[in-house]
Amino acid sequence: MGTPQRPLSPHLGIYRWQLTMALSILHRASGVFLSIGAVLLVAVLMSVAMGASQFERIQSWLAHPVGLILLLGWSFALYLHLANGVRHLVWDAGLGLEKNTANKSGFWVIAFAILATAATWAIAWS
Amino acid sequence: MSLRTPLSNAKGLGSAKEGAHHWWAQRLTSIALVPLTILLALCIASFENYSYESVVTWIQSPWVAVGLSLLVVTMFYHVQLGIQVIIEDYVGGWLKVASLIALNFACIALVFIGLFSIIKVSL
Repeated sequence: MGTPQRPLSPHLGIYRWQLTMALSILHRASGVFLSIGAVLLVAVLMSVAMGASQFERIQSWLAHPVGLILLLGWSFALYLHLANGVRHLVWDAGLGLEKNTANKSGFWVIAFAILATAATWAIAWS
Repeated sequence: MSLRTPLSNAKGLGSAKEGAHHWWAQRLTSIALVPLTILLALCIASFENYSYESVVTWIQSPWVAVGLSLLVVTMFYHVQLGIQVIIEDYVGGWLKVASLIALNFACIALVFIGLFSIIKVSL
């Protein structure tokens, strides 16, 4: 006996992309990316424990342009995930769930992530 | 009409009372990670130079060693909870079980490697 042809609910593909849904999947993506960054942090700590030559090897990888772009990505992902995580905590308290408020808070999440990333790298280069 | 099994009614215990544990732990770790990760980012950004000696001296400060230890534990607890949900959403069957076991082993191993490294450098 085959599966009866039941009507399906509309799937992702038919919706126009909006800020709230983009931030939703970006929260997941940034979380996965940051998990890899967490492994890198432990790798750096381990290299420090192993000695100067191991540490300097990881350091030279990270000083490579690709490494710097990854570090820039990790700092941005951190601030994005952090700000959007706080947004989720506010939602968990039952606040800010109206459509317009959610759109506004989403905008501020992105603004914070960009500004905090810029500020962090400004400190690093100064 | 009750949906409880007769055994459940007899025991009168209701649910396992752990339903919200994963959700709550994810929130608790996220709150702890707000100050810890910001401090880490600012500390790394404010290094004068990134020589081996300066990094060792930094880790040897008791505040940094304790802060880094808290970060490593909280961070991988949060990673475990988050990646677990993603695996449960996208992976099925025996691969799901295998990935969840691997995730748990990896997170615990990374916590121990991180803590051991911090302690070894500090002492």
